[in-house]
Amino acid sequence: MGAGSASGTSGASGADWPLWEVFVRPRRGLAHTHAGSLHAPDAELALRNARDLFTRRGEGVSLWVVPAAAIAASSPDERDPFFAPAADKPYRHPTFYEVPDGVRHL
Amino acid sequence: MPVTDDPATTAALARFERAVAAETRIEPRDEMPDAYRATLVRQIAQHAHSEIIGMQPEANWITRAPSLRRKAILIAKVQDEAGHGLYLYGAAETLGVGRAELLDKLHTGRQKYSSIFNYPTLTWADVGAIGWLVDGAAITNQVPLCRCSYGPYARAMVRICKEESFHQRQGYELLHTLARGTAEQRAMAQDAVDRWWWPSLMMFGPPDGDSPRTERSVAWRIKRHTNDELRQRFVDICVPQAASLGLTLPDPALRFDEARGHWEFGAIDWDEFRAVLRGEGPCNEERLAQRRRAHEEGAWVREAAAAYAAKRGGRGGGEGEEVAA
Repeated sequence: MGAGSASGTSGASGADWPLWEVFVRPRRGLAHTHAGSLHAPDAELALRNARDLFTRRGEGVSLWVVPAAAIAASSPDERDPFFAPAADKPYRHPTFYEVPDGVRHL
Repeated sequence: MPVTDDPATTAALARFERAVAAETRIEPRDEMPDAYRATLVRQIAQHAHSEIIGMQPEANWITRAPSLRRKAILIAKVQDEAGHGLYLYGAAETLGVGRAELLDKLHTGRQKYSSIFNYPTLTWADVGAIGWLVDGAAITNQVPLCRCSYGPYARAMVRICKEESFHQRQGYELLHTLARGTAEQRAMAQDAVDRWWWPSLMMFGPPDGDSPRTERSVAWRIKRHTNDELRQRFVDICVPQAASLGLTLPDPALRFDEARGHWEFGAIDWDEFRAVLRGEGPCNEERLAQRRRAHEEGAWVREAAAAYAAKRGGRGGGEGEEVAA
């Protein structure tokens, strides 16, 4: 199920089909979201299996399947340094700016 | 937890324990103690195996379902169980194990599946008893797992619990229909409840005094409640439901304890439980043999699919398959 299963693809067993990560765009959703993962021999079967597995009850109208091996993920070890710049640059946030009372549509 | 003098390991362990205590979800690439990873692999894999083996007792009645409506419901339910197995294998794989490896452990008896699926489905009413009691016990167990400290497992459980809850409803409806039918139908429903009640209580695992892993799993927030707490909760839920079905539960010791506010129930036959776990239950051999047969006889189909994907060239996403030019 997890995002980041790219790091946990089936190590020891070469016998399994490749792992695919599945993204679903809900009926009225704006973007595809990660739904889970599955094994399939190729993209076409991955799509069919993803349809049966993740959209059996009208969960979505669009599916993406991506080989898990193609995903690169940020490392939790460098979570702080990697994402730090935002915190010391408060002027990147709209709440940084003072607006006089009574000004509208701003 | 292993005692270590290595300061880096000690610091990592402290970070992990703080994260767990703060109810932060642990994600696949986060640091975690080896024992936490191993416990989760075992628990999630055995949970997945239970979904897959659990298809057998119910599928036993697909061709013999008494109406088209009941048959369609049962097929959909067995399809859901397959899906639950896939969600769970996916969650286990985020911990760095392969599905093929886990299936191999199932097939060779090195990993277990739920004791309940070693009982036979002797009549149509058993399909109802499984839905009501077995899926009911599973839900009682699994709802707290939606808050499990390991993110991928918790997310899989949210999806699974949604589907299990209407499996339980269909089972209850089935029994309700039988209990209001002919005398034979009613007797069949009662007989099924009589046979499935105690095995359902065993699904919660050994009593707290005899459950060596519970304390650590609770500390790591993998488990949120002890086996006995969940078992008591299940009994408290089931007693009034049985009454509204007009069926009885096969336990003469069952009585409401006003002081505790809970239903007291009789002693569980732990010898039977241990025998089933040792592989000596009524259907252990049959269930595993069927699973192995499906796997072995399906090998050429899996190979054909892989060969076809390789021949079409490179859309398979790696992992050791041949990419044809």
